[in-house]
Amino acid sequence: MLQLVLYNVTNGLIIGAFYVLMALGLSLILNLSNVINFAHGNFLALGGYIAFVLTPFLGYWGALIVSPLITALFGFAIERLMIRRVYSRDPVYSLLLTFGLAFIMQDACRYVWGPSGLQTSIPDILSAPLSADLFFITWYRIFMVALVIAAVSGLFAFLRFTRVGIRIRAGTLDLDTVSILGVNVGMLRSMNFAVGSLLAGLAGVLAAGQVGLNPNMGDDLLMPSFIAIIVGGVGSLTGTLCGGLLIGVAGALTTVFWPAASEAVIYVIMLVVLILRPRGLMGQEGMMS
Amino acid sequence: MSTATTTAVTTPVMPARPWLTTAIIFAALLTVPVWLPMLGGYTALAGRVLVLGLAAMSFNLLLGFTGVMSFGHAAYFGLGAYGAGLTLKYIAPSTPLAMVGGVLLGGILGSLFGRLIAQRRGVYFAMVTVAFGQIAFYVTYSWDSLTGGYDGLRGFSRAPLNLGFTTIDITNNSTYFYYFLLFVFAVATGLQALLLASPFGRTLVAIRENERRARFLGIPIERHIWMSFSISCCFTALAGALYALLNNFADPMGLHYSLSGEIVIMTVMGGMRAFWGPLIGAALFVVLQDYISSMTVNWMSFVGLIFVLVVLFFPRGLLGMLQKGTQR
Repeated sequence: MLQLVLYNVTNGLIIGAFYVLMALGLSLILNLSNVINFAHGNFLALGGYIAFVLTPFLGYWGALIVSPLITALFGFAIERLMIRRVYSRDPVYSLLLTFGLAFIMQDACRYVWGPSGLQTSIPDILSAPLSADLFFITWYRIFMVALVIAAVSGLFAFLRFTRVGIRIRAGTLDLDTVSILGVNVGMLRSMNFAVGSLLAGLAGVLAAGQVGLNPNMGDDLLMPSFIAIIVGGVGSLTGTLCGGLLIGVAGALTTVFWPAASEAVIYVIMLVVLILRPRGLMGQEGMMS
Repeated sequence: MSTATTTAVTTPVMPARPWLTTAIIFAALLTVPVWLPMLGGYTALAGRVLVLGLAAMSFNLLLGFTGVMSFGHAAYFGLGAYGAGLTLKYIAPSTPLAMVGGVLLGGILGSLFGRLIAQRRGVYFAMVTVAFGQIAFYVTYSWDSLTGGYDGLRGFSRAPLNLGFTTIDITNNSTYFYYFLLFVFAVATGLQALLLASPFGRTLVAIRENERRARFLGIPIERHIWMSFSISCCFTALAGALYALLNNFADPMGLHYSLSGEIVIMTVMGGMRAFWGPLIGAALFVVLQDYISSMTVNWMSFVGLIFVLVVLFFPRGLLGMLQKGTQR
């Protein structure tokens, strides 16, 4: 029993880690640019596929580093070419735009790499299990969690200590003032979008090693990421982090006792939070309205 | 928090000559069985246009006339479809009862949920409605024994209309069924027009134009948005019920958020500030989608391209551009 619980908690943490990477990127973009990026799951898939293409040339480790960077560059370009053109309009347009992008990107991945799943290889050293008792914990899972922790710490350090990061946080609170103080808000938003895409790309590379690649691999993660943001509280990145881990672990623990409800439980959590604490666990009053 | 997105022009609720537009639209709709086959179309396609047009017009009560953006309206559409299907399958083989069942299921759930989210605005409203839509999708998808799960709900069919003195066979005769759809569509859109012309409808437009000023006038904003949301959900559920009757089938993809997005793009494409805009948008979208998916397997790219092009180059929509033209 203990092993079963432990197994599912590990699973939950890993799923939660993916939710966190996705949701943090979404949250960054939502907070600064007031855009819901429906194509975020497709940025994840793109990151995975780019790594798949690069691995023969750069090896696993090279692809792991370069692929998220290329995804970020792609996100930067998309923001510059399209999304920035609708900031001044009704928010419905930015939603429709990213929605259409999601369709196009998914279809493009299907066109280029085929509709069926692709298996990716991970280095042998990572695919070995930790020990005979803990056979379900491979080094790859440990590695993934460690990398996600590093990435999230890196993001928070970036937002806390770098000039761009501080400006992003300031812009989240009051974009007009930041603009008046002489910050190039357009560039700031592009860079912020690129950082969000970077996280999605990294999640894509990691997910590819765990579950393989297919054109709609990001779709299953998009909705839970929305829920992670709502549960954690819009406007709070720490909230998003906690929300992602919470619903990941809650879903996995439910699997132990009532497998059929494992997905339902995250929706139940969202409804409970919406009823009892509408602003989310760590959201500030008024951010959601 | 709110970025200034005031559309400088105050567009009227109705176009300059409302009766003319309405007359043209109904003349075209009434004669569909005559001219559509000549253009190579089929009557079921016109049925789809009417049903999705009604869904988009119902959605536009919120987006275009209240200024609130729901991105989960497929949920109420799908719930309406399942409500109608379940009524026909398990309760009674009666077409009107099926419509009532659909409207009740979608309307009640929408209304309950609307109560939770009436304080939210902008993208947050959109995000919460998407998430709720996925709950409806997920429950329908997983509740195999009742809803048929992934395969959808089958094993029901619309029943002939019994008017007391005569029976209209809408089951087998697709032309009769089209006119039945058109009748329901006309009644529903007529109710919507009355609603928008009423003081309540004017209040909704006031909220859209300037929420703060409306609040200072003592209008209970949250209650109005809630009511608008509920009414919109009821009409959308009616459209969903008609969709189930049209196909004799209710599909879990009818609740999926991609349909929500399509409802929004139809509305924007036709013109969200025009009463008939969403219908025109639905007609364009349905015909384009039908054509594209028969031409290429990569139809998703083209549909996505429609989204992007409309947003970047035709944000006012077709009727919006025409209206602008006549005002000058």
